[in-house]
Amino acid sequence: MEDKELAIIANGARQDIVRMLLEAKAGHTAGPLGMADIFTVLYYDWAKVDPQRPDWEGRDYVLVSNGHICPVWYVTLAGRGFFPKDDLMHFRKINSLLQGHPHNETIPGVENSGGPLAQGLSQAAGIALALKRDKKANRVFCICSDGEHDEGQAWEAALFAGHYALGNLTLIMDRNNIQIDGFTNDIMNLEPLADKYRAFGWHVTEIDGHSIPEIRKALASADKAKDRPTMIIARTIPGKGVAEFENRFEWHGKPPNEDEAKKALAQLAQERQRIEKKSGWGRW
Amino acid sequence: MVKDARKTVQRLENDDKRALRDGFGDGMLILGEKDPRVVALCADLTESDRLVAFRGKWPERFVEMGVAEQNMIGVAAGMAHAGKVPFTASFAVFSPGRSWDQVRVSVCYSANNVKLYGGHAGLTVGEDGATHQALEDIAITRVLPRMIVLVPADAIEMRKATLAAARLKGPVYLRGGREKQAQVTTDETPFEIGHANLLRDGKDVTIIACGIMVREALLAAKELAGNGVEARVLDMHTIKPLDEDAILAAASETGAIVTAEEHQVIGGLGSAVAETLGAQYPVPMEFVGVKDTFGESGTASALLDKYGLLARDIVAATMRVLERKKRGGKMAGFAPSGKDVRKLPKAATTARKVAPSKQASASAKSKAGTGGKRGKAKRRR
Repeated sequence: MEDKELAIIANGARQDIVRMLLEAKAGHTAGPLGMADIFTVLYYDWAKVDPQRPDWEGRDYVLVSNGHICPVWYVTLAGRGFFPKDDLMHFRKINSLLQGHPHNETIPGVENSGGPLAQGLSQAAGIALALKRDKKANRVFCICSDGEHDEGQAWEAALFAGHYALGNLTLIMDRNNIQIDGFTNDIMNLEPLADKYRAFGWHVTEIDGHSIPEIRKALASADKAKDRPTMIIARTIPGKGVAEFENRFEWHGKPPNEDEAKKALAQLAQERQRIEKKSGWGRW
Repeated sequence: MVKDARKTVQRLENDDKRALRDGFGDGMLILGEKDPRVVALCADLTESDRLVAFRGKWPERFVEMGVAEQNMIGVAAGMAHAGKVPFTASFAVFSPGRSWDQVRVSVCYSANNVKLYGGHAGLTVGEDGATHQALEDIAITRVLPRMIVLVPADAIEMRKATLAAARLKGPVYLRGGREKQAQVTTDETPFEIGHANLLRDGKDVTIIACGIMVREALLAAKELAGNGVEARVLDMHTIKPLDEDAILAAASETGAIVTAEEHQVIGGLGSAVAETLGAQYPVPMEFVGVKDTFGESGTASALLDKYGLLARDIVAATMRVLERKKRGGKMAGFAPSGKDVRKLPKAATTARKVAPSKQASASAKSKAGTGGKRGKAKRRR
């Protein structure tokens, strides 16, 4: 798929996220907007998935460890046809498909239940180990956050994946520098992150998480690193695409009100026009 | 529905002495042969949890996790998601103790087909002391939706429970133990998840026991018989789903219940039985178990003695419950004690205030000062 096409899809995902959060009157805004480009590339271009057969044995597994960013997961899965887009408007409501945090059992395409942080990392490692021992070619991708690396379990999983040289495992970290109480490096300094993962035996690459070519390149490098797991540290802007939300940790866990959503959608519509006009792809 | 196992019970004193964990190891070896999907994950306790033979035979189906129980449960959940039937093994205090959130979300809520073996449970782990004595594991597993909780009576039953766990799709907790003991059951004893085993029948009272307390219950029943009391003994190896039929039948037919478990009374087998009886058929009940306290170091037998988990304690509880049964369920001379039950243990702040008067040094005083401040901050919360 062309980069431009992907950029348009990601922009549409951002608009859907704003609409669904407005309707839900609850949920997380910053993370989902920041991760729209990565989810779009993964699901539309990179991972082998079949919306008609979510449990297809030959699929690549995509997990999300930081379950709170599920609006972007739901929007992407609905966009790919795993379930009807109408369900997005029932997010977080009683008797609805789309739970406030993802539930693997009921939502097609959702591989893991997540929310309590770092649990997805261990599960992804477990899937990768099972596949590796069975000599299967499926790949495992797991989205995670920077803040969730405060959890000890994240490092247990990192140690484990390095020890067992899980070359079929790729983590993509949403390095947006925010968590609920503030900026990650004020709350609990994680740096030097890349060095830490390298020291644990991982292939590490750092990218601009909004550059579609860089995302693709990083995923390709993960495929090549067959002897060890890959960590893609994707520098993202939380709230990406809406000036009022960008880089403000206050937007970690709250939805926009009607007025804020209106302004956000107008900005995203303008952004779409810019994408359509722009030539020469890279960052826009 | 209760299974009649009376004819299959062993003599109470026999030479077949093995620990629950040996039964787990036996079961895993059978499963290894039978089911290629079965894998074993262990958090640095392979010998203690009797998985050395499994590891030797199927190294590619064994996963050494290191001392990382939370990750172990997550990895097991992932392996289950990829089609394996993982058995995780640690000590019960570490898993499900430390790994409870992972068990809750990655396993139970996610409906992942993971079996947990919690080894060295109960007081009988002995000399290692309270940190290593899991007395809460039944409570924290049975409270989880979907979790099946098995507490076998001996190594033979543990072997069967391990095999039965693998046949089921869904999370199962197997509670193991370290101490060797005479076997209670035989190969012929029935084992079906959710069906209590009737080991001895009686009309006066029913003793419902699990784990190593099953043998104590049989010893107690024998002693009671000498005093003219006929006790029914149920081996309640499945705490969840609980065999309500067997419990209700016991309550209606014998009119009094004693539960016995090597676990806190709060939240364990006794609580589960009381929940059933309270809602459907209340009869006088007594609980033999650990009474809201931690254990300590000592030999297994010294601990069982000190904490009241021997046949003699079951006999005493039975005599109490029979007394109440005679009075139509009313407690002897019950009257409000007048004690203020709201009185909580003295706060740490009070203790700190006392400290400086004993030690006149300035440093002690300044310590007390910060202690007081901390105390206030706590109260504000």
